[in-house]
Amino acid sequence: MVSFKLKDIATREERLAQGHKMCPGCGIALTVRQIMASFEEPVVIANATGCLEICTGTFPQSSWKVPWIHSAFPNAASTIAGLESMYRAKVRRGEIPKERKIKFLAFGGDGGTYDIGFQALSGAAERGHNIVYVCLDNEGYMNTGGQRSSATPTGARTTTSEVGKVLQGKQQLRKDLTRIMAAHHIPYTAQAAPSKWLDLMKKAYRAFEIEGPAFINVLCNCPTGWHADPARGLEFVQRAVDSCFWPLYEVESGVVRITYKPRKKIPVVEWFKDQGRFKHLLRPENEELLESIQVEVDRIWNQLLKDAGEEI
Amino acid sequence: MGDDAIAEAMRQINPHVVAAYPITPSTQVVEAFARFVADGLVDTEFVATESEHSAMSACVGAAAGGGRVMTVTGSQGLAYMFEVLGVASGLRLPLVMAIANRALNSPLNIHGDHSDTMAMRDMGWIHLYSENCQEAYDNTIQAFRIAENPNVRTPVLVAIDGFQTSHMVETLIVEPDKLVKKFIGEHIPSYPMLDIDNPVLYGAADRPDYYMEHKRSQLVGIINAPEVITQIGKEYGDLTGRYYGLVEEYRMEDTEYAIVVMSATAGSVKGAIDQLREEGIAAGLLKIRAFRPFPADEVAKSLSRTKSVAVLDRCGTGGAQGGPLFLEVRTALYEEKSPPQVINYIYGLGGKDLPLKHIKDVYLRLREIARTGERGKLVDFLNLRE
Repeated sequence: MVSFKLKDIATREERLAQGHKMCPGCGIALTVRQIMASFEEPVVIANATGCLEICTGTFPQSSWKVPWIHSAFPNAASTIAGLESMYRAKVRRGEIPKERKIKFLAFGGDGGTYDIGFQALSGAAERGHNIVYVCLDNEGYMNTGGQRSSATPTGARTTTSEVGKVLQGKQQLRKDLTRIMAAHHIPYTAQAAPSKWLDLMKKAYRAFEIEGPAFINVLCNCPTGWHADPARGLEFVQRAVDSCFWPLYEVESGVVRITYKPRKKIPVVEWFKDQGRFKHLLRPENEELLESIQVEVDRIWNQLLKDAGEEI
Repeated sequence: MGDDAIAEAMRQINPHVVAAYPITPSTQVVEAFARFVADGLVDTEFVATESEHSAMSACVGAAAGGGRVMTVTGSQGLAYMFEVLGVASGLRLPLVMAIANRALNSPLNIHGDHSDTMAMRDMGWIHLYSENCQEAYDNTIQAFRIAENPNVRTPVLVAIDGFQTSHMVETLIVEPDKLVKKFIGEHIPSYPMLDIDNPVLYGAADRPDYYMEHKRSQLVGIINAPEVITQIGKEYGDLTGRYYGLVEEYRMEDTEYAIVVMSATAGSVKGAIDQLREEGIAAGLLKIRAFRPFPADEVAKSLSRTKSVAVLDRCGTGGAQGGPLFLEVRTALYEEKSPPQVINYIYGLGGKDLPLKHIKDVYLRLREIARTGERGKLVDFLNLRE
């Protein structure tokens, strides 16, 4: 097993080079570095169109010390599936020695994963490719200026779910993609956050260790789209975790295990405050809306506790 | 059948990866190939994807990995792949895609016409059109050599007419496995992603300062293709006795009236020509095999001797000045000193039959145009109920 001692992680060679163009304080950049440091085998990466792709792969520069491909927005899962299939074909023909283990990793944002790339991801999961798909969920189309996605939380203000005289941000519930991926009965599904870095890295390690498709959904703070202090990004992510809006858990072979339980569950309003996109929810006239969001978060958390066999 | 002919070629080629999604009328290619996989006749990784978009995406990933890759589709499936088609050609991946040409929805129609591949004619792919099952088989084999040629490295599509060829029962000469294997040779990947000791980046973003230069450099393969297609067509002919070029002329040596057409209809036109010749009408055919890159010089040279030409497009105009083939042919003749009169017919949309009578009528009209100098209607429909 790879060492998770801070000293060892810090001295491990970084496969995402410094000097990339991600925003200071970006949760995606942190998450990718944590994931890349959680295993040592050679890896091939497919990246959906988005912040990470643009900021690490604009000609003539590259931040990647590993083979990397960007094809389009919706197809990171099917692209990595093709690469993994080629690997298997070449191993079968003896063109790559079978001792030469290569890992196959795809990155997509919530737009490229929950929305436009969902079909490709579902198909790749069902076909059982030996891949790890990591969704870098910053709750909206942040690379293009912050439009709503199906990962955007209820009530959040985006440029396509505006706050006005009639509407108060996103009207709909968010899609629970982690549970949907678990429902594919793939060997490993997990939800993680970069604020709990050891938890995240251990999940990534497990995802690469297991044979077959693995999916990890990571909540990543967005320095621009959340309209909040970039220096406090991880604090906000941790509040999402502590409010149980973003529970940390894994589903392995159908068994649900909560990997972090907040000692004191904080109300969702704590997670919303200090973020510009939720500001309107704190107004007195939106009290009812806020309450309904809390009810929904509690309902989903309680369901998770039940599924994990824990006391509510 | 045409579909089986392509599948048989695929068995002999034994690609590393085939990623495909079934769609009428090319489904039988996928089905026949799936049987080969099930029987262990190939050691291909067969990826039965959940959509054509994912099929082409998996092909892009697989080809970037460094190996032989193929898919099969047509019509809505091809339209669904659209955004990834440009990725495949832009990344210079030597894929091969077989197409059973089929009409586009709406109205929904599963029968043959060329509106699907014509819609992607400028996506940077090489297009080879096949007249019959034998050509479908021969073109599929040659396509890998063309696509993988170091001076080309561009994806190639091999088209057959949906149903007319895909489901046509014909005699097929299948070359020995050894001959095909030797002809296509070992695959030598270029910048394979699976060479993990030499990491490469595929699919970078470009700002305006580099995009245009890259688009220009991508064209190199297309520019080099005609010479390679011709040379490989000759090499294949030397082995099999069946020679291929960019175009095929039929009784053009002394012709006054020519039809230009692609794919299965060329067979019908040849039949009409033989009958007309007996009546003393000097009819001829110019069949386009390689539509992209368009063989303008060959077309101009062949047609410059004629008096009148009808271009038969199996695709609507969509508001252009004529069908896509017509626009190419007419442009190719623009610099001729005394070009023939050129007219355009739209035919066979959505599988509409084209009996010989209509083809003969076209030649009679061409003779009339040559006699009177009156061209008449530039673009018209063949066998259309008004």
